[in-house]
Amino acid sequence: MCVATPMRLVEVRGHEGTAELDGVRLAVRLDLVAAEAGDWLLVHAGYAIQVLDEAAAAETLALLREVDASREST
Amino acid sequence: VSAPARGFRDPGAVEALRGRLAALPHPGRTLTFLHVCGTHEQALARWGLRRLLPGWIRLVAGPGCPVCVCPPVEIAAASRLSLRGKVLLATFGDMLRVPAGGTLEQARAAGGLVEVVLGPAEAVALARHNPRQEVVFFAVGFETTACTTAAALLDDPPPNFSVLSVHRLIAPALEALLALPDLAVDGFLLPGHAATVTGPRTYTLLPGRTPAAIAGFEPVDVLLGVLSLASQALGGVPAVDNQYPRAVRPEGNPLALRALEQALRPVDAAWRGLGVLPRSGLEPRPEFAAWDARSKFRDVLKDVSAGLDGDPPGCRCAEVMTGRLEPEACPLFGSACTPEAPVGACMVGSEGTCRTRWIWREA
Repeated sequence: MCVATPMRLVEVRGHEGTAELDGVRLAVRLDLVAAEAGDWLLVHAGYAIQVLDEAAAAETLALLREVDASREST
Repeated sequence: VSAPARGFRDPGAVEALRGRLAALPHPGRTLTFLHVCGTHEQALARWGLRRLLPGWIRLVAGPGCPVCVCPPVEIAAASRLSLRGKVLLATFGDMLRVPAGGTLEQARAAGGLVEVVLGPAEAVALARHNPRQEVVFFAVGFETTACTTAAALLDDPPPNFSVLSVHRLIAPALEALLALPDLAVDGFLLPGHAATVTGPRTYTLLPGRTPAAIAGFEPVDVLLGVLSLASQALGGVPAVDNQYPRAVRPEGNPLALRALEQALRPVDAAWRGLGVLPRSGLEPRPEFAAWDARSKFRDVLKDVSAGLDGDPPGCRCAEVMTGRLEPEACPLFGSACTPEAPVGACMVGSEGTCRTRWIWREA
């Protein structure tokens, strides 16, 4: 039920927008986020519930690679 | 630009995390971690993640399927609205086959108007397109979904729209689980999308300084969450560790939280398997009484009962839902109870633990 899908916001029309993932387009409500075209959204039940923080995502993955590298070098 | 999820399915990263888990010191006993999210169960089953964990980590499923925890009497209320109330009942597809004396699917076969919708906005649209038809959105789900119901209520819905809310909150269920005498929990894997809305703070009051980690739903996310729980349990400082920072901010989603607070209020509510938990449900605030199906259809809903209090005979969903029984240990699992012919709620909901385990079972 709490499945939420990351989708790219491609168009904004007030509280409504169009989001896209792998060529599939979906109308999404934007009542619960401050988002602009180009943002990655988490979409649940037809509503965007968050704008994904791409920097935070990159940081998590970078940290992981660092630990991985340090393990291999010891 | 790659989708944000992509790196979180990277086999190298998964292997690195498996190695880090394997390198942890053996605590001398089995540690039991509990997740409370059907989507986590799906990720675990789909990616085969339990096999990557050291033998001393048990990861069990709690009451993470909102459809499953919805008590039979609420489904009976929804059925009655569709049959006697002449309303169009709009709800998530998962709700249609949940057993409760009768199912909503049976109500539809008997002439009830039951429509499957993607969410509340679609239910509102149905009401706008059919101005002479009462439309009731049967609203199920945790905070993740409740904020979308709140948004619909705040967006000036038409007078022929209303909400039958069976929304539930996660934190009160965790406290109830910790109080169960026959369940020992060494840590909670917290649901990333409910926490996206609430932020980590909702969970800071977990009794017993129980380790907790918020996790997302890709393989790397889940393993990072388990690694955090294991590290905390092995002598780290118990905390509410956020391992899903790309979605979960310290403050949650302020717009969603404000919508929740403006439109809905906490009430005591019943859970299948756990009984009535204080302030664990959400209903429309009094200002929204005109859109609250319980007050709008008070007469129709008077004395509603499911004709069935708990689970059907032989069904052990209540134990499965509280992490006290593995689905495979239920005598009905896969024989008398399958997704095609389900006995209990856990085999029905697309996020039900039994259904997930059956669908992704090892050949």
